[in-house]
Amino acid sequence: MTITLTPVLSRTWDEDRSWTLEVYERFEGYAGLRAALTKTPDQVTQIVKDSELRGRGGAGFPTGMKWGFIPQGGDKPVYLVVNADESEPGTCKDIPFMLANPHELIEGAVIASYAIRAAQAFIYVRGEVVHVIRRLQRAVEEAYEAGYLGTDILGSGYDLELTVHAGAGAYICGEETALLDSLEGRRGQPRLRPPFPAVAGLYASPTVINNVESIGSVPSILRNGAAWFAGMGTDNENPKMRSKGMTLYSLSGHVTRPGQYEGPMGITLRELLDLTGGVREGHELKFWTPGGSSTPLLTAEHLDVPLSYEGIAGAKSMLGTKALQIFDETTCVVRAVLRWTEFYAHESCGKCTPCREGTFWLVQIMRRLEDGRGDEEDLQKLLDISDTILGRSFCALGDGATSPITSSLEYFRDEYVAHLEQGGCPFDASAATLFQGSTTGAAAR
Amino acid sequence: MSAFAPEVRSRLEVDAKEIIARYPRSRSALLPILHLVQAEEGFVSPDGIEFCAELLDLTTAEVAAVATFYTMYKRRPNGEYSVGVCTNTLCAIMGGDQIFSTLKQHLGIGHDETTEDGTVTLEHLECNAACDYAPVMMVNWEFFDNQTPESAVQLVDDLRAGTTVTPTRGATLCTFKQVSRVLAGFYDGRADEGPAAGPATLAGLQIFREQQESDEGKDGAT
Ligand SMILES: Cc1cc2nc3c(=O)[nH]c(=O)nc-3n(C[C@H](O)[C@H](O)[C@H](O)COP(=O)(O)O)c2cc1C
Ligand code: SF4
Ligand code: FES
Repeated sequence: MTITLTPVLSRTWDEDRSWTLEVYERFEGYAGLRAALTKTPDQVTQIVKDSELRGRGGAGFPTGMKWGFIPQGGDKPVYLVVNADESEPGTCKDIPFMLANPHELIEGAVIASYAIRAAQAFIYVRGEVVHVIRRLQRAVEEAYEAGYLGTDILGSGYDLELTVHAGAGAYICGEETALLDSLEGRRGQPRLRPPFPAVAGLYASPTVINNVESIGSVPSILRNGAAWFAGMGTDNENPKMRSKGMTLYSLSGHVTRPGQYEGPMGITLRELLDLTGGVREGHELKFWTPGGSSTPLLTAEHLDVPLSYEGIAGAKSMLGTKALQIFDETTCVVRAVLRWTEFYAHESCGKCTPCREGTFWLVQIMRRLEDGRGDEEDLQKLLDISDTILGRSFCALGDGATSPITSSLEYFRDEYVAHLEQGGCPFDASAATLFQGSTTGAAAR
Repeated sequence: MSAFAPEVRSRLEVDAKEIIARYPRSRSALLPILHLVQAEEGFVSPDGIEFCAELLDLTTAEVAAVATFYTMYKRRPNGEYSVGVCTNTLCAIMGGDQIFSTLKQHLGIGHDETTEDGTVTLEHLECNAACDYAPVMMVNWEFFDNQTPESAVQLVDDLRAGTTVTPTRGATLCTFKQVSRVLAGFYDGRADEGPAAGPATLAGLQIFREQQESDEGKDGAT
């Protein structure tokens, strides 16, 4: 059966000037906020709990529950911080979303802030996307002018200030506690937990940090109801074993039609490829990531695994950001894993030893292997080092760095061995490019 | 006192105070103020660091420790255009590596180096959240989607010749300094330029619209 797409966040993106308030209002823009303001903050949180929305930034934590952890009635201010740092390799949903419709994110941020009783919210957006930043800046201006931000929002008596804050280039700042340090004007390094941000976050005050897509999904839940949202996705008696709502799947790599596909939770990669023309013509699927480079690789064996939190966990990986990077048989898995490993080593913030030292050594060994200078023992060393990093690092960057290594060794050990036997890479890098034959080049670094 | 000329300093001070006012605590203004001094000088100079330190009541060592942590702050004068090629895994494999090595050869410079005429600083970049448009390049943090070695050479030649260049998804290209000012939080009025989305962003929506049309067609027939 062909799957049915469910454009909700993406519904306006093909409209002329979709980023403007005028267009957004024609598509029920800010209707979710109007609905929210007729309810108490706790009722709004309950609706989001009932919808079973889970975080779309990678970890999949239930959003309503996170809001519910904010202690209320204390004397400290409460903050909302939207994580718009989108830098996990392969992940490319939040940036096009904010470019096409920044207002839906702003509306979600106002609703979330109201629910947790915050008077100040921030959107922390990576700096390397200047046009997205312009669209956010302008949309915030428009929202203030229209009374959706500022004092006495829509006559409700509720006040909120929203600030767009540009980062300055550091993957680790996507990690929520590093992001808070960065927003406080420091080096972006993760904090020790507890205390959790819900208790002591920004300026040691209670803080909710949510991903762009999580917050962007909130207006539709308020417009259409929790039952509508929970009507999409997978089912199970155990709430932890089901995934609800629609989501953005980002398809990239060796496919006929890369792009953003908004569908219900739990479709399969096979269904998505069938719908979109499949792997690029004349080639076949070799390996893929379900949710960015920090999620263990999967193969053609896993084409029918549901793209849901529980489904992908069942295949020993993670749904992550639903960044489906597709690689065909022309791709050298050792080269791919080496490049990701170099990325993690470069982005390791250096705060803890297992990650700082471990990623350095992983790169040295991977380079040796790709160049054909390695030996059989190196494969075991990769696993041993990964073992020291996994679970012993201060934050999830370290864990993520081991994912490509351990999963590629599990599924493609033979290919590592082929590098040893042939004294180098058996692949022609130009065959993997989209302009095969037009140029051949040496590796870039 | 930092070594900015008095009129520069007083102009920057007005901007910096506006930035500080956006935050509950002044230190949060540090990243945007670093973007601001970069907008003035094209990099973060020792003068720029001193300026930040004075305004935020920090030591220059504290400011420098922050500035060096983030890759977007340049320690040497940047070219008018930062030309970045994504060489993270997906783009690299789809052709980013070939594009980067072609540009190195063509321009005769390496990573983080600037052409002698001061127009182009070449960099390899990590994933820029545009993987569905791989291979991706960024010029002054604007998207140049679906590049090839040939299109990349044309692009840098145009930049060096002063020809107007338009990003795939973005506004008419500004200089590195102008863009840094936007990053400091000063909107430049260009949000309405460029498209809402590229074809890959709309791929799902387009299939959905086709599905709907064919469903309507069926309904009409019965
Ligand atoms: C190294 C690292 C990078 C991360 N980058 C991002 C990011 O760019 N955007 C994001 O939303 N979450 C990112 N996360 C996850 C955040 O820490 C956090 O879980 C998330 O923002 C919570 O939002 P959610 O519950 O709405 O998903 C990252 C985590 C790690 C460890
Ligand atoms: S795991 Fe890596 S990135 Fe995370 S705190 Fe440790 S050194 Fe920093
Ligand atoms: S890998 Fe190049 S933009 Fe994501």
